[in-house]
Amino acid sequence: MAKYLKKDDLGSWLKELGETYKVIAPVEEGDAVVFRRLTDERTLRIDRQATQGPKGVLFPACEELVSFKYVKDPENPEKTKVEVKETVEAEPTLIFGARPCDARGFDVFDGAFTKCAVKDNYYMARREQAIVVSLACTKTETTCFCNWVGGSPDGTGGSDVLLTPVTGGYLVEAVTDKGEALMGGKLLSDADDARQAEAKKLLQEAKDSLREAPDFDCMPEQLYALFDNMDFWEKQSAKCISCGACTYLCPTCHCFNITDEQQGKEGSRIRSWDNCMSHMFTNEASGHNPRPTKAYRLKNRVGHKFCYFPDMHDGHIACVGCGRCIKSCPVALDIREVVTAAKECRLPEEETSDD
Amino acid sequence: MTKMKNPYLPEMATIQEIIQETHNIKTFRVTLNNEQSMKNFSFEPGQVGQLSVFGVGESTFVINSSPTRMDYLQFSVMAAGEVTQRLHTMQVGDEIGVRAPLGNWFPYEKMKGKDIVIVGGGIGMAPLRTLLLYMIDNRDDYGKITVIYGARTPQDLTYSYEFEEWRAAKDLNLVLTVDNEAPGWEHKVGLIPNVLLEESPSPDNTVAITCGPPIMIKFTLEALKKLGFEDENIYTTLEKRMKCGIGLCGRCNIGTSYVCVDGPVYSFAKLKTLPNEL
Ligand SMILES: Cc1cc2nc3c(=O)[nH]c(=O)nc-3n(C[C@H](O)[C@H](O)[C@H](O)COP(=O)(O)OP(=O)(O)OC[C@H]3O[C@@H](n4cnc5c(N)ncnc54)[C@H](O)[C@@H]3O)c2cc1C
Ligand code: SF4
Ligand code: SF4
Ligand code: FES
Repeated sequence: MAKYLKKDDLGSWLKELGETYKVIAPVEEGDAVVFRRLTDERTLRIDRQATQGPKGVLFPACEELVSFKYVKDPENPEKTKVEVKETVEAEPTLIFGARPCDARGFDVFDGAFTKCAVKDNYYMARREQAIVVSLACTKTETTCFCNWVGGSPDGTGGSDVLLTPVTGGYLVEAVTDKGEALMGGKLLSDADDARQAEAKKLLQEAKDSLREAPDFDCMPEQLYALFDNMDFWEKQSAKCISCGACTYLCPTCHCFNITDEQQGKEGSRIRSWDNCMSHMFTNEASGHNPRPTKAYRLKNRVGHKFCYFPDMHDGHIACVGCGRCIKSCPVALDIREVVTAAKECRLPEEETSDD
Repeated sequence: MTKMKNPYLPEMATIQEIIQETHNIKTFRVTLNNEQSMKNFSFEPGQVGQLSVFGVGESTFVINSSPTRMDYLQFSVMAAGEVTQRLHTMQVGDEIGVRAPLGNWFPYEKMKGKDIVIVGGGIGMAPLRTLLLYMIDNRDDYGKITVIYGARTPQDLTYSYEFEEWRAAKDLNLVLTVDNEAPGWEHKVGLIPNVLLEESPSPDNTVAITCGPPIMIKFTLEALKKLGFEDENIYTTLEKRMKCGIGLCGRCNIGTSYVCVDGPVYSFAKLKTLPNEL
């Protein structure tokens, strides 16, 4: 049963939830809107897409994996021993105000980090304790293309609860059992038919405002076929300056680096977001690099999202169409144009197939 | 909260012995500090481990001892960059971290009853040594074994103190080669692929395994094809820059194949199905 939350009660509702969960929500930070712990000093901003999605809540930009300490061996003072400690930390966390595309980003993370041979225990620990309360989009932006990649302004993938803005408040719907647990609060009343009808209408308008979706079923095959066509990739990547903004802001990019930091006798092994658009990403000690130029690296970024990941995860495309890479790219490289060009590119085999 | 083994947490190990193999390769024999872990440790020939020098980082090395000889785990390390150079300064008794075993292994079960050709170049002999020792310790399971091992100079050959033991195994032909004539050198002189053609092992019921620098692998493959070997009977091990070693950090993929999990051992038949990105 859908519930209704009055706009004026949103703050109180989040405060109430704050007693059980660490509440993370989009807040103002300078010109940007970013996901931070909601406090009285911070201003909630849910009227526009956040500059950066909430992936850092479950996959921090930088986190300690293990800590280590060099100590004298008590039995043999000549020798040093290393004490190593793991540091998996997680607490009940509520992510509020993710957009449906952001929430679907967690679906991709679930695939990459939990549906595989060895699971990422750091991500899993946080994911299990997290509840995602998303906000459906009744307004879209020109860079939005969630509908191209299997999403929608009211998509529920990755969410536990979905809110839809209506006149005077929000329609509140549980998506999962986990989300069901939030439906009991006294600030929520049953939503009447008129409100439900209004939500439906607004969401339909949002859907209609998006550009028509091309059919991407052929993409894995098409991208494999284009793999050795470096002319194509050089053309597509010509503008790129390898800055990596696209990867850091992407809700599905999950590649990371592991590095050690040490001060005196103690230190940390740290995992941090990495960037496949950088030359160093695959550079080997010998100097050999399997992806020596930006053309190879863009090919892998697009290939991973539209070809390899779908191939490994039941056709699920690893781009959620949030458009952040388009908005943030300093040279206006548009992933929609790259995949559309890849889709439309006639392959040499086809050109010669009539004779 | 799910309690699971932390795949990022290294086990502590102690260096028991160090062998200076060549001017830039040292072999480390290590044991896990936890006796129970050491006793229960099992791996397959060809699997790798991540060695940690805390404060510097981790790097990938093949476990080049054999699962049939579990007194220690052996890693041979060529000095290349930060981690490897720091490893070279370490002493017997020093502690390092080990995450192992990782990755896949040589198809030693499928190879049973077949003749075997091993072609190694330089440090590329490390993964081949584990397989060779395994076959020597299970000698009756395999047919004739030909080992072609080459390096730039006689001083660049690793494991030379073991050649006698290898030769002593039944029906094992060890062919050594170096690039140029050298004083006192009584074995072959010439590039590995040429020596392979000269030896001309029959491809019938035979599996070939090669590892070495990319350029050597390329020409060895051509030589094997010339000798009539099929792609599915040729194996190699790949190197890619690695970090996590468990299929998560996204660094080592060739298309959908993650070298750290699906490799490092590949047949040439399998490699042909992957995008061309070595
Ligand atoms: C499956 C596999 C098995 C290997 N087995 C051996 C072996 O038995 N003996 C041996 O001497 N070397 C082996 N290597 C190569 C060895 O891992 C690199 O030489 C080593 O990582 C270089 O690390 P570094 O810190 O000294 O160099 P740096 O250049 O300082 O490297 C920094 C980081 O880059 C990564 N890196 C750089 N080059 C490579 C590379 N070629 N492969 C993988 N990661 C790299 C490492 O993760 C390292 O932490 C193997 C590599 C792989 C992938
Ligand atoms: S944001 Fe644009 S310029 Fe920067 S790496 Fe990505 S595609 Fe290249
Ligand atoms: S690739 Fe671009 S549009 Fe797709 S999910 Fe990542 S940032 Fe959003
Ligand atoms: S080394 Fe991290 S995915 Fe292979």
